[in-house]
Amino acid sequence: MEPIIHTENLTFSYPAEEGKEAPPVLRGVSLDIPAGQFLAVLGHNGSGKSTFAKHLNSILLPMGGKAYVDGIDTCDEERVYDIRQRIGMVFQNPDNQIVATVVEEDVAFGLENLGLPPAEIRRRVDESLKAVDMFSYREHAPHRLSGGQKQRVAIAGVIAMRPKVLVLDEPTAMLDPRGRKEVMATLQSLKKEYGITIVLITHYMDEAAQADRVVVMDDGRVLLDGTPYEVFQQVETLKSVGLDVPQATELLHLLQKGGCRLPGHVLPGHVLTAQECADTLLAYWRSLA
Amino acid sequence: MPYAIETEHLTYIYGQGTPFELHAVEDVSLRINEGAFVGVIGHTGSGKSTLIQHFNGLLKPTSGRILIGGQDMWAEPKKIRSFRFQVGLVFQYPEYQLFEETVYKDMAYGPKNMGLKEEEIDKRVRQAAQFVGLKEELLQKSPFELSGGQKRRVAIAGVIAMNPKVLVLDEPTAGLDPKGRDRILGQLKEYHQEEKNTMLLVSHSMEDVAKYADEALVMNRSRLYCHDTVENVFARAGDMESLGLSIPQVTKVFSLLKAQGMPVSGSIYTVEQGVRELERLFGKEVHHA
Amino acid sequence: MLKDITLGQFFPGFSPVHRLDPRIKLILTVAYVVMLFLANNLVGLAFGILFFLGAYFLARIPLKMMLKGLKPVLPIILFTSVLNMFFITGDPLFSWWVITITRQGVYTAVIMSIRIVCLIAGTSLLTYTTSPISLTDGLERLMGPLKKLRFPVHELAMMMTIALRFIPTLIEETDKIMNAQKARGADMETGSLIDRVKALVPVLIPLFISAFRRADELALAMECRCYRGGEGRTRMKQLHLGSRDLISCAVMALFLAGVILCNLLLPSLL
Repeated sequence: MEPIIHTENLTFSYPAEEGKEAPPVLRGVSLDIPAGQFLAVLGHNGSGKSTFAKHLNSILLPMGGKAYVDGIDTCDEERVYDIRQRIGMVFQNPDNQIVATVVEEDVAFGLENLGLPPAEIRRRVDESLKAVDMFSYREHAPHRLSGGQKQRVAIAGVIAMRPKVLVLDEPTAMLDPRGRKEVMATLQSLKKEYGITIVLITHYMDEAAQADRVVVMDDGRVLLDGTPYEVFQQVETLKSVGLDVPQATELLHLLQKGGCRLPGHVLPGHVLTAQECADTLLAYWRSLA
Repeated sequence: MPYAIETEHLTYIYGQGTPFELHAVEDVSLRINEGAFVGVIGHTGSGKSTLIQHFNGLLKPTSGRILIGGQDMWAEPKKIRSFRFQVGLVFQYPEYQLFEETVYKDMAYGPKNMGLKEEEIDKRVRQAAQFVGLKEELLQKSPFELSGGQKRRVAIAGVIAMNPKVLVLDEPTAGLDPKGRDRILGQLKEYHQEEKNTMLLVSHSMEDVAKYADEALVMNRSRLYCHDTVENVFARAGDMESLGLSIPQVTKVFSLLKAQGMPVSGSIYTVEQGVRELERLFGKEVHHA
Repeated sequence: MLKDITLGQFFPGFSPVHRLDPRIKLILTVAYVVMLFLANNLVGLAFGILFFLGAYFLARIPLKMMLKGLKPVLPIILFTSVLNMFFITGDPLFSWWVITITRQGVYTAVIMSIRIVCLIAGTSLLTYTTSPISLTDGLERLMGPLKKLRFPVHELAMMMTIALRFIPTLIEETDKIMNAQKARGADMETGSLIDRVKALVPVLIPLFISAFRRADELALAMECRCYRGGEGRTRMKQLHLGSRDLISCAVMALFLAGVILCNLLLPSLL
């Protein structure tokens, strides 16, 4: 099957100040994202991950290479709205992406732009608000909601447009732990219920661990690409590019480094949760006794 | 020796007498020793932000007293500004308060308001810049040309330059990536060790509180839930989770191990402690197994 | 707290007045203003008073609110009354030294005062019972025909909506920045006027920078959601005229007719 997103050797740099050479932000990113996948893109600030996201819906156009969404070239000016309808974008600051003064009006905003008939808009607005569990707040003013709730409203506004891919650019960076959990739970349920493709850009490891696939970016390139278990195995590499690993993973990694020979099949990357870590240690301890 | 901060039955009610009346802080009595490094934990809306705004006189208690270095803060309301210079408060996303043409001038704003002499201001600004690792050449740049992490450090340094006896930081690492977070917290810890001042760190990250603070203060539903050493607070893992607060993942691993009958300490809250504890338990077998 | 300030003093409710179509409410308000200025005798003005009393009753807005709205314009009413009384020439009622009060002057003062009171009461009812957003909506649709004259109706309405959406956010932000600067020792409460204006600079600059950043991000988010101006845009909420709207228009027509009849039958007091 053809991937829903396909990029070939994307390169990009922002316009430089006069007399200065602009450092490239993307130095050749080639990625295929199959439909229905939940992909997490990890990287520290300045690694190019947000710039990459903006290439997926023609906000930025590649200086070199190509990006295709559902087979459409993102450089095709004629089809820019086809692309933007297929790619739903959610940004970091929930306050700065809500347009209307009433929750349901905001969710309707994109659909109104598409020129859909009012009855259809109403139906999709209600459905999307239910999908993110914000239906009972439909008549509230957005500025009175919590950060997590605002972000869910933003997600509803985007999925109402029935995009094929949901791209989220650090959607939880400004939220408290409760808001982060809400947003992650919403993403999980959207994946399950609708099978929507998700591209989650984040620097939180625990969020990346919930994805099907993790891509680590550094200095405008793809550094690691694999399942969370494969990627988190690379404890040293991750740390060298300024990223964390879950404490459970780090604990086992340090134990092994100190000479502790955990059972052969247990690599630190295979352990992401507290339960997995405890199980591994317990099995090892029992084998010693 | 007087306490750095002492509150007696501190209560604060927003909008008293209106239908919006909200008891944000209720009957909080606490004592913070000079030189302590205290992590302040609690949900959004638990009252922790309201509480810390009392410490430098931005809010006046509805009832109860606050003593700073043994002096009643509101004994003479006209002298409240002198307390603002004793307790420095760094708000969330402090980079949004930068306004001067140069980094230097912005950092000098606080000391200038204190009425210090030119040489003294210069000395303090340079010292503060050093604490947060800002290079000399950055001082003459516009703060708006800097990166996000640098702006954050400029804003924090602006408060440090006031040489407060107590420094209160409200989520100084919100929105930063792991590298930026570790850098700022590491610098603050160093500053604390050198200056021997009192520090309060409001954080949602239990891992950070565990790693940097000595004491933890937990707010829940406008009340002080507990105030103890970090070790004792995280030892009550069950209580913390019942409040809906997370505990460090490694603490969770050890409480799971303990529940399974492994003879490990229940008060492990950093990865390093965890490694040491396990190496002790696995003993020599580790090395020649 | 600053953020509790509500804009346009809207009182949410489900009264028949609240549920009127905003377009009709706007038209009725204009008609009401016309009616007030047509009326040139006390009986005609009595219709005006009756109308707003009835409307307040139906809207279940306490008259206390109306009085509150009148307070700030009281000096204006007094001032114009005094001017009218002393400076309109006609049959003298009372004369002392250089001051002469005429019959016409007293009539004009009374009629003008009643007009201003009715005007304020009637127009505040519009904002009391209509949320800012539906007011914007009503305006946009009423002005729809102006689009043909290249008047940017949609753009203006969008600007209004965004402004309404961001006012609470920016008020909250002002609050935060002020606190942050106070924590750095800014003194905004004492000193001369110039000192206080100067003390605002550290608040205003960050506020502007933040507003521009927000505008930038919002524009990007709107673009991502396929916004391309008013062209080809539909609306979720359609306004439908109901029987309630028709009845209210009929009542207004009756009142207008009454006022015109009074003007024809009774002598003008002006």
